Amino acid sequence: MAEAVAASPAPGAGEPVGASTLALSRARRWRERGIRGALLACGLVSILTTVGIVAVLVWESIGFFREVSPWEFLTGTQWTPLFKPQHFGVLPLVCGSLLVAVGASLIALPVGLASAIYLAEYAPERVRKTLKPVLEILAGIPTVVYGYFALTFITPVIREVFPSTGVFNAASAAIVVGVMIIPMVASLSEDALYAVPRHLREASYGLGATKYETITRVVVPAALSGIIASFILAISRAIGETMAVTLAAGATPKLTVNPLESIQTMTAYIVQVSLGDTPFGTIEYKTIFAVGLLLFMITLAMNILSRIILRRFREVYE
Amino acid sequence: MSADAATAGAVEFDVRLPRRRLWGHVFVWVCFAATSLAVLLLAVLLIDILRQGAGRLSLGFLDSFPSRFPERAGIKSALYGTVWTVGFTGLLSFPLGVGAAIYLEEYAPRNLLTRVIQTNIANLAGVPSIVYGVLGLAVFVRAMALGRSVVAGAATLALLILPVVIISSQEAIRAVPPSIREAGLGVGATQWQTLQRLVLPIAFPGILTGMILALSRAIGETAPLIMIGALTFIAFTPNTPLDEFTVLPIQIFNWAARPQAGFHELAAAGIIVLLAALLSMNALAIILRNKLRKQI
Repeated sequence: MAEAVAASPAPGAGEPVGASTLALSRARRWRERGIRGALLACGLVSILTTVGIVAVLVWESIGFFREVSPWEFLTGTQWTPLFKPQHFGVLPLVCGSLLVAVGASLIALPVGLASAIYLAEYAPERVRKTLKPVLEILAGIPTVVYGYFALTFITPVIREVFPSTGVFNAASAAIVVGVMIIPMVASLSEDALYAVPRHLREASYGLGATKYETITRVVVPAALSGIIASFILAISRAIGETMAVTLAAGATPKLTVNPLESIQTMTAYIVQVSLGDTPFGTIEYKTIFAVGLLLFMITLAMNILSRIILRRFREVYE
Repeated sequence: MSADAATAGAVEFDVRLPRRRLWGHVFVWVCFAATSLAVLLLAVLLIDILRQGAGRLSLGFLDSFPSRFPERAGIKSALYGTVWTVGFTGLLSFPLGVGAAIYLEEYAPRNLLTRVIQTNIANLAGVPSIVYGVLGLAVFVRAMALGRSVVAGAATLALLILPVVIISSQEAIRAVPPSIREAGLGVGATQWQTLQRLVLPIAFPGILTGMILALSRAIGETAPLIMIGALTFIAFTPNTPLDEFTVLPIQIFNWAARPQAGFHELAAAGIIVLLAALLSMNALAIILRNKLRKQI
């Protein structure tokens, strides 16, 4: 529309002026198109990134699956690619990741939800204003710092209580990862609670419910889709978390549910290989792409699931 | 029977009101305790790290290269590497991120492509950082033959923070009232002129805030840089973007992973420096944000 205005000569303007405006407008129009194209190209970089991730992971994994059958990879219970005899069963790594994620959820989901309820429903404005930045800082602390904290603070505490605990153990990793994802659960759930309209609460009070009853039986159920979406996102983040588990959980892939033992997660394995000097192109090198592909698919599936839950089960009010 | 059906899903209140109120009180305290837990943990973490690392902090620590001997080791190479890497990350991600945000907010038609881009950005934000490391390793280090260089690391981090930059820039641009655009177009400016001279200057503080927060995430990233092969022991500072490098979080990781207590103290001292940098970046972003709020 702007171009149309620029192209038509101003009423009462002389011929030459009109012509030069037109000439200018043609140059302008090309410039506008060029800019638009450049901006679109910026937008396409994100698509290119996704395509790049998928292409790299799939391409290198194909090389891996030429030598190891997908069945053996997905169902094998031994993971020893770095020494002989080599076994390529990824289950111990998946088990390690799940152990940490479950442990982290046990801490982060209840604490995060309770914080969200407190912040959204109870906290006076002044308390809220001080607590929100604290949660933001907690969310911004680099994961390697949490790893250090797990190793030098939490593990010694656990070993006081359970002396048989190893220096590296799943429990301390799970605890810090839990702390790490509390802010995510709290802030996303709080948004969901905020979105519940006022009149639902008022209707509940009108029926004689107390504030506690209103929150637990009206507000939280109404915000449930958002809350569950936040839970899933947080768990997906826990599965993808890398440095804290690398530092605290150890490097011994094993199928166990004992959190006091040393384990290895998918992410920690990838780090372990890239820290060593594994030659490019070998089967050991290719394992990181196969494990990376599995990790990518698990987290992507969870992210998509959380979006579906958010959209499909959202209670829509007016 | 119909009465049964009507009450089947209903909740019956306990008749004793004081008891119900008591539950309410208990619940508030439980929620409050959970929230305080976060504050408490942050305090414990900071105190623990300060206690262990403060003794190692000195000018010598900032100005020495890593060493096998804890008492002589420092973070000079890591500090320079971090500044180089984050600088290039900003240079790469700022134009790409803001460009994409401008396109999506101002130009994009409501079609399939736009929806795909937008969904894709949301999905990328949830991809674990180590996967970006895998991408960087295969594309920048191997295929583009940039080696284990500052540029390869910065490009990887730029892709990693791109979704954050795009989403926050979009919010900043969206916050500019439409009347501003209408005024620009009304006096005959082209769309780009309107954007460049009216919309973007107003959105700029918001965009900058998002950019600073995104870079503060890049500063703390460790895993993707380990993937692309940033080294853990380096006794020189980078001079060109193609030089090898290390960064502060990797240096901290390296020290934390050693069993000796001396190195743990070094790691804690490194963490203090890292957190100080992060907190000042966050403070800067908050100040910018508040300034922006006052204007509108």
